[in-house]
Amino acid sequence: MTALDLGLPSIGGLDGVPTTTDKQTAKDFTSDQEVRWCPGCGDYAVLAAVRQFLPTLGIKRENTVFVSGIGCSSRFPYYLNTYGMHSIHGRAPTIATGLAVSRPDLSVWVVTGDGDALSIGGNHLIHALRRNVNLKILLFNNRIYGLTKGQYSPTSEVGKVTKSTPMGSVDHPFNPVSLALGAEATFVGRAIDSDRKGLTAVLGAAAAHRGTALVEIFQDCPIFNDGSFDVLRKGDDVEERLIHLTDGEPIRFGPTGDDGLGTFAVVREGFGLGVAKAAEVDASEIVVHDARDQNLAFALSRLSDQDLTHTVTGIFRDVDKLTYDDAARAQVTEAKEKAAAAGGPDLQALLHGRDTWTVIG
Amino acid sequence: MTATPDSAVDRPEVVEKDRVVIRFAGDSGDGMQLTGDRFTSETAAFGNDLSTLPNFPAEIRAPAGTLPGVSSFQLHFANYDILTPGDRPDVLVAMNPAALKANIADLPAGGVLIVNTDEFTKRNLTKVGYATNPLEDDSLEQYAVHEVAMATLTMGALSETGLSKKDAERAKNMFALGLLSWMYHRPHEGTERFLREKFARRPDLAEANILAFRAGHAYGETTEAFAVTYEVKPAPLPTGTYRQITGNTALSYGLVAAGQATGLPVFLGSYPITPASDILHELSKHKGFGVTTFQAEDEISGVGAALGASFGGALGVTTTSGPGLSLKSETVGLAVALELPMIVVDVQRGGPSTGLPTKTEQADLLHAMFGRNGESPVPIVAPQSPGDCFDATLEAARIAVTYRTPVLLLSDGSLANGSEPWRVPDVADLAPIDPGFATEPNAPDGSGEFWPYLRDDDTLARPWAVPGTKGLEHRIGGLEKADGRGSISYDPANHDRMVRLRAAKVDGIAVPDIEVDDPTGDAELLVVGWGSTYGPIGAGCRRVRALGHSVAQAHIRHLNPFPANLGDVLGRYRTVLVPEMNLGQLAMLLRARYLVDAKSYTNVTGLPFKAEELQDLFLSYLSGVHA
Repeated sequence: MTALDLGLPSIGGLDGVPTTTDKQTAKDFTSDQEVRWCPGCGDYAVLAAVRQFLPTLGIKRENTVFVSGIGCSSRFPYYLNTYGMHSIHGRAPTIATGLAVSRPDLSVWVVTGDGDALSIGGNHLIHALRRNVNLKILLFNNRIYGLTKGQYSPTSEVGKVTKSTPMGSVDHPFNPVSLALGAEATFVGRAIDSDRKGLTAVLGAAAAHRGTALVEIFQDCPIFNDGSFDVLRKGDDVEERLIHLTDGEPIRFGPTGDDGLGTFAVVREGFGLGVAKAAEVDASEIVVHDARDQNLAFALSRLSDQDLTHTVTGIFRDVDKLTYDDAARAQVTEAKEKAAAAGGPDLQALLHGRDTWTVIG
Repeated sequence: MTATPDSAVDRPEVVEKDRVVIRFAGDSGDGMQLTGDRFTSETAAFGNDLSTLPNFPAEIRAPAGTLPGVSSFQLHFANYDILTPGDRPDVLVAMNPAALKANIADLPAGGVLIVNTDEFTKRNLTKVGYATNPLEDDSLEQYAVHEVAMATLTMGALSETGLSKKDAERAKNMFALGLLSWMYHRPHEGTERFLREKFARRPDLAEANILAFRAGHAYGETTEAFAVTYEVKPAPLPTGTYRQITGNTALSYGLVAAGQATGLPVFLGSYPITPASDILHELSKHKGFGVTTFQAEDEISGVGAALGASFGGALGVTTTSGPGLSLKSETVGLAVALELPMIVVDVQRGGPSTGLPTKTEQADLLHAMFGRNGESPVPIVAPQSPGDCFDATLEAARIAVTYRTPVLLLSDGSLANGSEPWRVPDVADLAPIDPGFATEPNAPDGSGEFWPYLRDDDTLARPWAVPGTKGLEHRIGGLEKADGRGSISYDPANHDRMVRLRAAKVDGIAVPDIEVDDPTGDAELLVVGWGSTYGPIGAGCRRVRALGHSVAQAHIRHLNPFPANLGDVLGRYRTVLVPEMNLGQLAMLLRARYLVDAKSYTNVTGLPFKAEELQDLFLSYLSGVHA
């Protein structure tokens, strides 16, 4: 059921949030707290990008709320001069849900990490996505527990040697994008901490999306998992690894070819997707990205494993679907209007109920 | 032959009684709770005082006809104000052999036993271990037994309706209700109207149930099997308009009223759990009052969402029972650190772990008091009767909003499902509760900053600044905050100060002095209780006083902080006795706090205390057995 199906006008993620014409800058969104991440942490780049990005939304700063859980990335709200709550491990989506349902005039953001969102808070994450509450979840994935000093996480690759797994980890990781799609997420995007442009574009689309948006951000932990995403940043084959999605465009990547597009393409392969040299396949075989196609989004999320051979970034999925909070508020509004039409709500009548008797002294 | 109520011939003798206890018992599928509820409503409408005790298995339908599947509903009604659902029934209605076997030991000699004989088949008797049919041997000879083929008579009465035998037979509980309504001169308009509404979509079933109800009534009137009927006159309760109410309903209404009193939207985050789910059900009907109900994915999400709503300026509420409170502990701790208003309702049930989901207990007191990491003080309020759940909820809201703190409201299974007449409060008398949101920067240094932990001198409460308020943007969290300014602080002295400030804030909550009921003024024995034991303790005291003894009763509503005069009160009596449905949790707190030699009496059966049990206990103390 989409907003369109209901005959409702399509509404954006920020509709209902008071706007401002005051000029706002990154500085306005910077709190007086000293940032205390380790030198070289990818969180700095994300924080800088978010501080630059928030003023562009044109909404009132006081109507912006960041809620986080526990972990290095969850210190994020302290560094933004908005309303914020640094809550408890894994539970930020629950707090943000209560806030977003009761306050349609707020832009609510959740900052979480791979341990916070996918391990201790996994249940809340999937249910937030399923309900489609209008909140934006930034999942900083560094594939390691940083704040507790270096244990493997639910996104660590199999065999990871850490303090708690000296002989190598033996459990299989989650693919956060696949997980989110399986949980019926209406918006799933991915970006890399150091790619300011790509990250900002995904954040912008997430903010505009009405419903729960999950943005996975590959983020480097220089202390406990240094260089984990370096193959996507430097080296000869970076272009062959990174696949960027643009809705409605053929999915091409790699060094620019004669036609001005990437030399490689994503093609259909059996029930899934594969990669081929664009010149060697017919144009009709090349997949055109459609952010409304859930099967395509899922197949794209499976293009490569933890080895980052083919890493898809951009917006996997972006569809309209009635949000939980809009629907829940609509029921309250309907009931209030009904009560008001009858001259109520009448607490005295409620307390009386139907069957009373009177004792006369 | 048809007898009309006006017929003057062969009317059985009418015996007037002060009070009666009836217990309906049958299989889980026999509709005993509904039968009891209807009899209660009729009794309330008639104007008796009453108290009820539903008692049912946790299984929705245990195997039919077995002992674990027995469900019962006990109702005590009287022409004076009563305090308990009664110790032992005067009348036992047993719909099958299992119900008879499970309940007969509670029926005193001479008691009235009404049995549905249709279920007393060899197979059903064997199922519960009766070697011979108790209706045919002499094992029931000490009772006034009435054998009634209820199913046969019901099916006979419905033979013209065209209903299937199975549907017709299922109306036998209404036959039983009709019979008992006749015996006790209950009005029946309410039940007929109720049945028409309940089965509005199946008018044939509505009429069938009404026919069965009338058939039961007519059976009593015409068979001459019953030589007497009983009359219990209305009770002279204080002037006012009354209704019947359960604890869970009163608590739900208290939450709606708290929303009106504070002017805040109520936000309930909850996960279904027995025996608290009815609060979620009830509140979900009252969206017209601006109440939002959120059925969460788990207990943690329920309390998290409530806390998030409170951060946004709503009255956040979460409802649960013991196991759920365990899961919520960490978030309640966060609420203590954030110093945001929230109401946490724990409808206690038997524990530990899953325990006895449908039975009552008071064993979460120390959990409520201490069940979080760190020094994490939380105010605790406990209602003492079903109707009192309304007032206790408003009190919890007052404390939560005034002092910016989570409050634990400790109800229990017997309050939740039990009912009593409730004098409907006048809404105009509800005291407003001012949320007093922060609107301006408050930094004492004139910097124009907002300090989220700058406290009110009087209450020590911090300002509640909700998102959307310009200039008051701030960040709060579970990390220790600097006193006043509210930024993260690891300073040792600051932490010590904040721990003490949080404790002092809760210790300083204004709560009314405790009142002692000591009619003669010379009692040496003080009985102290909390929560749902108010009724049985009061009934026990009355009995002892009627025997010419002096005993004082004090009931604690505010368990944290305790009333300021509690220490003085305890010190005035030679003996302080604390009966509890746990292993002595309040007694432990009183002993620790006041160095008083409180004597603990405990009973953890999953059932409320009996008045007789407490009478004997008090007498044993008065006679010096325990001295």
